[in-house]
Amino acid sequence: MSLINYASREINCKLVYYGPGLGGKTTNLEYIYEKVAPTAKGKLISLATETERTLFFDFLPVDLGTIRGFKTRFHLYTVPGQVYYNASRKLILKGVDGVVFVADSQVERMEANLEAMQNLYDNMVQHGYDLTRLPFVIQYNKRDLPNAAPIRELQESLNPGWPIEDPAKHRPVPDPDRPGEFLVYEQDGVWIERVPSFEGVAVQGVGVFDTLRTISKRVLKALG
Amino acid sequence: MLDQLLRDTGARTALMVERSGQMLATVGEVPRFDHVAFASLTAADFSANDQLARMLGENEFGALFHQGERESLYLADVARRVILVVLFDTSTTLGLVKLRVRGAVTDLTALFEELFARQDPSPQVEAGFLGDAEDEIDRLFGA
Ligand SMILES: Nc1nc2c(ncn2[C@@H]2O[C@H](COP(=O)(O)OP(=O)(O)OP(=O)(O)O)[C@@H](O)[C@H]2O)c(=O)[nH]1
Ligand SMILES: [Mg+2]
Repeated sequence: MSLINYASREINCKLVYYGPGLGGKTTNLEYIYEKVAPTAKGKLISLATETERTLFFDFLPVDLGTIRGFKTRFHLYTVPGQVYYNASRKLILKGVDGVVFVADSQVERMEANLEAMQNLYDNMVQHGYDLTRLPFVIQYNKRDLPNAAPIRELQESLNPGWPIEDPAKHRPVPDPDRPGEFLVYEQDGVWIERVPSFEGVAVQGVGVFDTLRTISKRVLKALG
Repeated sequence: MLDQLLRDTGARTALMVERSGQMLATVGEVPRFDHVAFASLTAADFSANDQLARMLGENEFGALFHQGERESLYLADVARRVILVVLFDTSTTLGLVKLRVRGAVTDLTALFEELFARQDPSPQVEAGFLGDAEDEIDRLFGA
């Protein structure tokens, strides 16, 4: 879906931060905006309510510069997490190249996380996109809070993985970000693929760039 | 084609924005605003209005008009892929802009449909692009 424009020699990729309300999506973009080199970033646009809840989206363009003759740019969007803004959320997903799901680690937000994940799947299907084939990463945010659920539990609920049909892909792939763990593995005779996941404290910037680096590389890889 | 449109209407600037929010072209007076942001908002505006149209049982609105005190915007759909945005001031009228845009849209639609039909469905970037891009990502987003 990325727009490779041969006439103007530009590549534009759309990354969407998705997840439950108050999970920290906007905070991720704000941190990126604050830290990325001034020459690489555009304006951060936030369409928010008076109470700083995202109403339609946040938008931040980040320029990678010209690579092998192509001006390469990422368009970062967040969606509004609040349940009743689904119409807007769905609009933002149009033309998406990669998804970051920002989960709220707090135990009491588990239900909201699951609901948002289900909503993501549903909206992708309605656009005719297959989330299992699109670059996708998860960030478990708010790891600084005392009521944060253990990663293992979050992984089991939000990142259970899906079975891989293609036998050519039936071989273990270690998770580069989690030593000793695997992104592709065999369990009871079935090959499972999970998406990369990161622990975040977005207010302090922890995990924000790890997440962004991984999703942007995956998106570019999917171009080729 | 867009130059002609500007001459015919006395509008200041015409912009082509892709539906997913990328600026494709600008003609006429160079706008002072941030055009990357402008394109993203235009696309969002158009898609939100598309949904409103559907709620009314309309297929689409096809065109939108935003009136300011001095500057106004007229937005029109092209081939359901691109949005033509015309920026004009009080030196011309909405009626004239509307009329000429309708003509331009017909021509542009034909042009874009031909263009999309011709486009390689899976364009490839040069080998080595990915490696270089990854290095740049590491540099910019901290390895
Ligand atoms: N303790 C803690 N608070 C955080 C963290 N990340 C974000 N927050 C806070 O959580 C609140 C909500 O963050 P936002 O980034 O606005 O959440 P959002 O996901 O954009 O929410 P919506 O726009 O409603 O979808 C803010 O007060 C943030 O400061 C974190 O890692 N730890
Ligand atoms: Mg937000």
